[in-house]
Amino acid sequence: MIRSLWIAKTGLNAEQKRMDVTANNIANVNTTGYKRERAVFSDLLYQNLRQAGAQSSQQTQLPSGLELGTGVRTVSTERLFSEGNLTQTGNPLDVAINGKGFLQVLRPDGTLAYTRAGNLQLNNQGQIVTPEGYPIQPAITIPQGAKSLTVAPDGTVSVTLPGQSQSQQVGNLQLATFVNPAGLQAIGNNEYVQTTASGPPTTGQPGVNGVGTLRQGSLETSNVNVVQQLVGMIATQRAYEVNSKMVKASNQMMQYANNTL
Amino acid sequence: MNPYLWVAMSGADATMRGQSVTANNLANANTTGFRDEMNATRALPVQGTRLPSQVYVANEAPGANLKPGPVTRTGRPLDVAINGSGWIEVQGPNGKPALTRNGDLSISAAGVLETAAGNPVLGSGSRPITLPPMSSIQIGVDGTVSGVPQGSQANAPATLGRIRLVNPPAGSVRRGSDGLFRASGTLTPDAAVSLTPRALEGSNVNAVDSMLHLIQNARTFEAQIRLARTSSQNGKAADRVLNI
Repeated sequence: MIRSLWIAKTGLNAEQKRMDVTANNIANVNTTGYKRERAVFSDLLYQNLRQAGAQSSQQTQLPSGLELGTGVRTVSTERLFSEGNLTQTGNPLDVAINGKGFLQVLRPDGTLAYTRAGNLQLNNQGQIVTPEGYPIQPAITIPQGAKSLTVAPDGTVSVTLPGQSQSQQVGNLQLATFVNPAGLQAIGNNEYVQTTASGPPTTGQPGVNGVGTLRQGSLETSNVNVVQQLVGMIATQRAYEVNSKMVKASNQMMQYANNTL
Repeated sequence: MNPYLWVAMSGADATMRGQSVTANNLANANTTGFRDEMNATRALPVQGTRLPSQVYVANEAPGANLKPGPVTRTGRPLDVAINGSGWIEVQGPNGKPALTRNGDLSISAAGVLETAAGNPVLGSGSRPITLPPMSSIQIGVDGTVSGVPQGSQANAPATLGRIRLVNPPAGSVRRGSDGLFRASGTLTPDAAVSLTPRALEGSNVNAVDSMLHLIQNARTFEAQIRLARTSSQNGKAADRVLNI
């Protein structure tokens, strides 16, 4: 059957995926610590019908070949880990990461996940947990009745207990970094898990070895730029339209041949 | 049998192939660094005892249109766009060097700088560029990759390699079946090729142009089919004349 019909279909599929990615970015424009994605396209393989440079006789060579492309595919959805804006919230359990690191979260199945969303809370045992209730690793428990809670830029968590003038250290928040953060797999809930592509995590104390520092009372907003997404949306829509025109034209060509002959 | 039925068929076939080239260009209207594929046809006259009226047609692929595409700023440190002509040299799937205009780079788990398709970017000495874990990274206009490795002082950025930028003559560059380009002859880095950091070059497909090709192909196809029909009607008429 007619090639151009199937090629245009690959174009429609790819533009549709790009629109899906844009929709997800726009939907998460106010999600704490969300990192925007972009669809990466690549041309599909080419079918070589006549090899350029092949011998057309013993002395002569074909100056050009005949290669037909077969369309486009979405190679990946690449996540861009640029930092979002910091907003002041004043909540002592909100921590923003200024740098490349991730907080470590212990999932119910015992594996570790990584997150940039620092909107932490306490559970009924006084443990620092994510909004889903998953404990932050290494685990930190805040004693009951603590008057104030301080998270230092280097991750030291200290509290002041009633009747004491000296503050007391209760633990340290640690950050993990990856060689290739774009290779992390998003599992929802603002969490990522490591893959072979991301490489193993390197954990460290905030402020050391460039993993980033913590800022108490702030949150990192999503890094989605709405204007950029809207412009991308227009470009996607137009490209979708030209591909659908191609489907229509190919269909009409076949229709004409069927009706005329 | 009327030979022009076959001539019309070869025309319709070539037009359909031309339409598939246009479809491929339109499908890649948003592919980073894609180069517009050109299409042409060539006359194939058949010499014989009859009148020289049988001229069939064959498709030709003269190559890709190498004019630069639009550059958009993305702000991502590992995105680069090439200014004007030039290519980024990468390692193809067979280990041999290949060329690309797609500057959407990333760092693999092993620390190798590679393209979105997973081809390692070649540095000095045609070796892939391997980076230690970085806390910040920067690609300069001349392809120099520098940054602060994790654990170093922020005021002491290190130079970690330089992307091989080449500029072979346009006539020697051809697209391979994997979409990467290859040049004949040996390549030497060209200092005149420069990059725009934190930007990507879009596809150079002109959608309006491609739409015109689309319409032209569709109408040419109809004309060829019409000719094939005329041929068949002539045959029928001849049958009737002889049918006493």
